[in-house]
Amino acid sequence: MSRFETSSLFQLTVLRFRLFLREPEAIFWTFVFPILLAVGLGIAFRNRPADVLQVGATTPQLTQALAADKGLTAATMNEAAGTHALATGDILLLAIQRPGGVEYKFDDTNPDARAARLLADRAIQTAAGRREAVRAENQLVHETGARYIDFVVPGLLGMNLMGSAMWGLGFAIVEARQKKLLKRMVASPMPRWQYLASFVLSRLALLVIEVAVFLGFARLVFGVPFRGSLWQLGFLCVLTSLAFSALGLLVSSRAKTMEAASGLMNLVMLPMWILSGVFFSASRFPVAIQPLVRALPLTAAIDALRGNMLQGMNLGQLGAPVAILLAWLVATFAVSLRIFRWK
Amino acid sequence: MTDSRTAAAPTANHGDSAPSLLLRGLRKAFGDVVAVNGLDLEVARGECFGLLGPNGAGKTTTIEICEGLTAADAGTVKLLGLDWHTGAEELRQRIGIQLQETQFPEKATVEETLRLFRSFYRRGISVDESIRTAQLEEKRGARVGTLSGGQKQRLAMACALVGDPELLFLDEPTTGLDPQARRHLWDLVEQLKQAGRTIILTTHYMEEAERLCDRVAIMDHGRTIAQGTTQQLVALVGADHIVEFAVAGRDTDLAQMNVALLTAIPSVQSHRVDAGLHQLSVSELHTAVPRIFAALEEQGLNLSEFRTHSATLEDVFVSLTGRTLRDE
Repeated sequence: MSRFETSSLFQLTVLRFRLFLREPEAIFWTFVFPILLAVGLGIAFRNRPADVLQVGATTPQLTQALAADKGLTAATMNEAAGTHALATGDILLLAIQRPGGVEYKFDDTNPDARAARLLADRAIQTAAGRREAVRAENQLVHETGARYIDFVVPGLLGMNLMGSAMWGLGFAIVEARQKKLLKRMVASPMPRWQYLASFVLSRLALLVIEVAVFLGFARLVFGVPFRGSLWQLGFLCVLTSLAFSALGLLVSSRAKTMEAASGLMNLVMLPMWILSGVFFSASRFPVAIQPLVRALPLTAAIDALRGNMLQGMNLGQLGAPVAILLAWLVATFAVSLRIFRWK
Repeated sequence: MTDSRTAAAPTANHGDSAPSLLLRGLRKAFGDVVAVNGLDLEVARGECFGLLGPNGAGKTTTIEICEGLTAADAGTVKLLGLDWHTGAEELRQRIGIQLQETQFPEKATVEETLRLFRSFYRRGISVDESIRTAQLEEKRGARVGTLSGGQKQRLAMACALVGDPELLFLDEPTTGLDPQARRHLWDLVEQLKQAGRTIILTTHYMEEAERLCDRVAIMDHGRTIAQGTTQQLVALVGADHIVEFAVAGRDTDLAQMNVALLTAIPSVQSHRVDAGLHQLSVSELHTAVPRIFAALEEQGLNLSEFRTHSATLEDVFVSLTGRTLRDE
């Protein structure tokens, strides 16, 4: 065997890689699960034709006027029945004939109801003889890149990079500590840095497969766009994976049992699943907690991935999220090396 | 396994005649618990040395200090003339270690595990040779998770041997093994001994220490209470034989037993009672036994048990501490 093959770093990395591939569960969570999730979300949020909105009116004349708009279907009902239909969500708006004009009853916090209000008013005013002051034409676009699946794929990628890096590193280290293997390794002449480096190297090797499989699937099946440079996307994936590996190392640096480690893992990851904009935009959270949300590594990772894939931004334009990821990487790695328990 | 080359002695001779292991005034406490309390030991090159004692005596702490895994609070630790402050790198290359309860990755094979450990050492024996020495040829491609307890322990032993160590530490190598696997491992240790390696092992099985070790230190409460060859230690009992008996009857009868009548017999050296079982250390069995029977009959006591055996390290421990090795 060559010198390279008998080197301890090579042996550690190869064994780490093999052990991963021999865990069916790990294979599922890393490779299969994100694809299943993308398929599920792709089906649930597939683009449908613009919805026709259900409305009600108290007189046949109003109903006729409303039905003239292609965006509305209308039914005649009295005010009591209409109020009930509003409450149960059967209709979005009720047009009531009053002596002096028309009154619209609707929930103004519901965007669909607000749209129904605009359409209904336009239909009734037009029926009453209003002339448009400005002639307007619609040009319709249905662009890829603005669909929900386009939005959610970078989110799922970020979430997957976080999960595989943290579980991959954290669990293996705590398991080795609990089974006294870590102690045995430290008692041998193995350089300690190589033990940690072997995790990073095997993680990076897996990353290539993991990212290629998931993004290839998203591209082929959903036609998700890649507007930014691919090597920069690769760089962002590596940076994200390293930052979360360091976080995984920190979580596992002192935990003595698997139970303690999984508790800590979930404590760290759960807030990010919710806050970091995997499934919906993180900007929906109140302004007061935005600085916190923005500082989370998963938010930074997903922002950067979306910027690259959907908006074609280059690394220069993604300076802020890249800086946040780098800061997490350096800080957590430095702290974990200081507090790491080898026994 | 008959090929002695497979367990060849270390070829590198570092020339100095320093003892393989030297401990002076070793002390280690964990919080309020003093695990090692002023320990002195010296192990010569090529010797097989045993640390014998009950669980909690401080054997593992002592051996882990020697292995550089735990720092001592006070005292001198020298291995092969080196110490852990200045020679850690070199020491790790030159010693072999088998820890208590190491679990190697279950999904790695025997060969992969050994290849990994071999890669840590600058020099050593080949992976094939270590597999042959540990008699794991048939399990070469098997995953660690499928091995029996004895096979796992032999794998741990092989991992300790791949670096061709001059000094080998074995911490309770046979604990938890069935008798057959234990004998199998003893054979392996004996081969290593014959090949001239220095071996330091801990155990709480006296028969293991008696069978394998040239010299033994008996540990209790963090100190050595006796040190020497098995024969020297057994001589501490003051007699070659142990007579054990129990008498039938109610507790009040037993309390009235006149022990003085027994210890008055010329060759009876001492008497003690443990859980209703009387133990006498006796130097001349053939003259003492009839007199013991007579003394008991005189008091109207009926024997329910009676046996004799040659004095062992177990009896040494009992006579020094008043407790048995299995007490804890």
